[in-house]
Amino acid sequence: MISILDYGSGNINAIATLVKLSNISYEIVTHPGQLASATKILLPGVGAFDRTMSTFRASGMANAVRMRLEDRSVACLGICVGMHVLANSSEEGSLEGMGLVPGQVRRFHPEDIPESPKVPHMGWNTIEVHKPHPLLAGIDMAQGFYFLHSYHYECDSADDVIATARHGRDFDAVVGTDRVFGVQFHPEKSHDNGIRLVRNFVDL
Amino acid sequence: MLRSRIIPCLLIRRNGLVKTVGFGDGKYVGDPINAVRIFNEKRVDELTVFDIDATVEGREPNYSVIRNLAAECRMPLSYGGGITTAEQAAKIISLGVEKITISAAAIARPELISEVAEAVGSQSTAVVLDVKKGGLLRGGTHLVTHNATRRTKLDPVEFTRIADSHGAGEIVVNSVDRDGQMGGYDLDLAGEIRRATTLPMTVLGGAGNIGHMEALIDRVGVVGAAAGSLFVFKGPYKAVLISYARPANASPR
Repeated sequence: MISILDYGSGNINAIATLVKLSNISYEIVTHPGQLASATKILLPGVGAFDRTMSTFRASGMANAVRMRLEDRSVACLGICVGMHVLANSSEEGSLEGMGLVPGQVRRFHPEDIPESPKVPHMGWNTIEVHKPHPLLAGIDMAQGFYFLHSYHYECDSADDVIATARHGRDFDAVVGTDRVFGVQFHPEKSHDNGIRLVRNFVDL
Repeated sequence: MLRSRIIPCLLIRRNGLVKTVGFGDGKYVGDPINAVRIFNEKRVDELTVFDIDATVEGREPNYSVIRNLAAECRMPLSYGGGITTAEQAAKIISLGVEKITISAAAIARPELISEVAEAVGSQSTAVVLDVKKGGLLRGGTHLVTHNATRRTKLDPVEFTRIADSHGAGEIVVNSVDRDGQMGGYDLDLAGEIRRATTLPMTVLGGAGNIGHMEALIDRVGVVGAAAGSLFVFKGPYKAVLISYARPANASPR
């Protein structure tokens, strides 16, 4: 069972469709009370950091997720801006993040990208695994994942970096502590690799 | 490594899919949802959908059609057609669309680009340039709107810079003259736009075979290569048959 948070940031239809297609049982969580029995929490996010963060807090969901994570059997996966929410801060906004995977979210600077200075980072890119992890088991590495973003995660500790991707420079594409994970790409738009990754998360 | 995106482009008219030539009357090619399902199976990189009646008819985007398309799409989806406000853009993104494209309304009022980028983020704000070459008397290359029924005096390179400075996240350059001709992209136009901006770019209009896409990528580097006819027609008599393929220089290695 996977619990998909619907707190008013972006659309959850695509991820719900993906989960459905993979025959994973799921629930859509629209208020914090529903989280009480959640074990695998999926945190989507679309749009700007501050707007996502303030909606996440105002919905009461941020607090509920933090409390639920005190239970050692609970894991959380943030997607795109839902990943950024796990950081301490973002250059895209001024609000404080959750600090669950210590790090900062930085903007891509075209001057860092000499060969093809294109921001946003848009399209299918490969990732490089730094720390073999069950989350990435069976992923087709040549195919990669779909990215669409102008800001990227930068973990404080290299220990939290599971995989990086390269867009002019290396950046953290899959991050995680024990039980809190974030992915910069969109598994719900990454065909078979996306399905596999969500399945892996459920099976952790 | 970031790959070029090979993008089927679907045109919607009165809830059906059509394919035009030179932006003229379209040939009916099928049902949009059915096409999306086939493209899902083919694992396409991205899908672009334009409602080509909305702006001409002066109406809002058809949200229920967009909602149904988005729910079906397992690949990133761009939608364009009839968007004139940031609120409409935000509503479309909330339906599960990754990127919205604006054209006529952005050309009429470039501030719309910043408003949309503010609402949904630059990464989801694409600006479409419909480009038409002038005739012998007129000369030059200009932007057109309303399915190429209205000409502007705007130069595509100049407007690319304007879109860039207003926070666009992608430039889609569409050659009206090449639409449906299947004789290859306008590579010179693509090269000019490429030099004018550091934004991601997608090129549409003229692709008739995979070699045309390969040539585009060779010319401008990592790019979105979009096509209508190439992916919906087969054979010299243009039988409707949805297909998908990537050139070697845009394939996973």
